[in-house]
Amino acid sequence: MQEELFTSGRNIPNIDPYLDVWHWPIALYLFLGGLAAGILFFAALFYILGKDEVYPGAVKKATVIPPIALSVGLLALIYDLTHPLYAWQLYTTFRIESPMSWGAWVLLIVTPIAFLWTFSYYREAFGGIESKLKLFNKLKFLNTFEAWVIKNRMNMAYALIPLSLILGVYTGILLSAFNARPLWNNAILGPLFLVSGLSTGAAAIIIMSKSMKEKHLFGKIDLGLIIVELALIAHMIMGYYAGSQVQLEAVELLVGGEFTLIFFGVVVLLGLLLPAFLEVGEIMGIKIPVIIPALLVIIGGLVFRFVMVEAGQLTRYLY
Amino acid sequence: MRYAMVIDTKKCVGCSDCVVACQTENNVPEGFCRDWITEVVSGSYPNLELELRSERCNHCEEAPCVRCCPTGASHVVEGGIVLVNASECIGCGACIASCPYDARFQHPDGHVDKCTFCHHRLKKGQLPACVSVCPTKCMYFGDLDDPNSEVSQLLKDRKYKTLAPEAGTKPHVFYLI
Repeated sequence: MQEELFTSGRNIPNIDPYLDVWHWPIALYLFLGGLAAGILFFAALFYILGKDEVYPGAVKKATVIPPIALSVGLLALIYDLTHPLYAWQLYTTFRIESPMSWGAWVLLIVTPIAFLWTFSYYREAFGGIESKLKLFNKLKFLNTFEAWVIKNRMNMAYALIPLSLILGVYTGILLSAFNARPLWNNAILGPLFLVSGLSTGAAAIIIMSKSMKEKHLFGKIDLGLIIVELALIAHMIMGYYAGSQVQLEAVELLVGGEFTLIFFGVVVLLGLLLPAFLEVGEIMGIKIPVIIPALLVIIGGLVFRFVMVEAGQLTRYLY
Repeated sequence: MRYAMVIDTKKCVGCSDCVVACQTENNVPEGFCRDWITEVVSGSYPNLELELRSERCNHCEEAPCVRCCPTGASHVVEGGIVLVNASECIGCGACIASCPYDARFQHPDGHVDKCTFCHHRLKKGQLPACVSVCPTKCMYFGDLDDPNSEVSQLLKDRKYKTLAPEAGTKPHVFYLI
C-alpha cells in the first residue's frame, strides 16, 4: 500500500485535485483547426490538379468554412488565455521547441491565405450574396485586388498544401508533446488528429457540395480516411498497453474507465464505424442521404477532441 | 554555478513552516502555494513507513516548461533557476500541463507563478525563505558545481532520490532517504 497526500492543505484552483487548465475552447479550437486544415488541403490539392471546375464544392464553396473556423478558433484560444492582453508576445519570438509557438505562427500565415482564397471565389461561388451587397460596385479597388488574388491562386495553393498539413498535425502535437500527461504523450496523436481533420474536412465538403459526383468522390475519400483513422486509434491503444505504468493507468480512462462510453460509443462507433458502414452501403448503391455519415463524422471529430483534452488532464506522473 | 536544494526526509517533521514562509516572503495569493508538504505512507500495518517531503518546483535541468513556452516567458537564469517573466506570459497553460510535478499555477493576475528558489534573496546573499525558517534544519541550499558545498557533500555521503526521474527532467531538488 502506498498513500500520498498533501498535508499542508494544498488546493490550488485548476491544479488540484487534478489538472483543469485547458477547457472547452481548446478542444473546440483543435477541432476547428483540423476542419479548416482538411478543407484547405483538399481545395489546394484539387486546384493544383486542375479539377476546380469538376469539384467546385471542394475548391470554391466549402472554402468559406476555413476563414470562419480559424477566426472562431483563434477567438476561442484567446478566450482560454488567463493573461490575454499579452497575447501579442507570441509574435515577438519563435520558439522552435514549443508546439504552441509553431501553431501561433502557422495560424498567422494560414488565416489570411484562407481569407484570400475565399475572397477570390466570392463573386463566382457566392454571386447571390454579392448581387445583394454590391460590394464591388461600392468599393472599386476590390476589382483590382480580386484580379491580383486570382492571379496568385496557384501560389496560394502550393503554400496551402504544406501549411494545412502542419496545421493539422500540430493540433495533435500540441497535446502529444507533454511528457507529463501520459494519455497525450504518444507520437501517433499528431498523425491521428491530422487524419481526423482531413476526414472532417471531406465531410464538410460533402455537405457543402451540390454535385452528386463530388459527394460520391468525397464519400470514398472519407471512407479511406476513416479506415486509416481507425487503424491509428488501434495503434494508439496498443501503444498505451505497451507503455509504462503511467500509460497503462492513462488508457484505463478510455478502456473501462469514465471515458469509455463516450470514446468507444460516440467517437469510434457513431463517429467512425457507423459512417464508414453507411458510406460502404452508399457505394454499393443503397440509397442513403450522404449528409448523415458526413454529419456523424463531424460530430465524432468534435467529441474526439473533447475526450482527449479532458481525459489527458486527468493523467499524470505522480500521486 | 548550479543551484540545488537538498531536503532530508529523515529530519522533516512536516510542520509546514516552509510553506508559510514562502507565502509570506513572496506574497503568494490566498489559496495558492509555491511549496507544499507531501506525506507518503507505505507498507501494510504494522509495518508502515512514513515519508515527509517539502516539495516545490524542481528547477529541472531539462525543464519541459521552458521548452514548451511559446513566448519565452519561462526561462532559465544563472544557476539553473527557472523563472517566469509575468509581462511575457500569456497564460496559455502549456507549462502547467507540461510539469510532471504540478508545481506551477495560474496567479489570480493571470500569469503563471511558481517557486523561484527565492531568486531575489539569493542576489542579496540570503538563503531561500523556506530553507531559512526550517525549524529542524532539514533543508539545504547551495551550489552543486562546488564540490565543497554543503549540498555536494550531502549528496556524496547520503543516499538520495529525486521525484519522477523517469520523466527525464533531471530535477534539482534532492531528497535524502
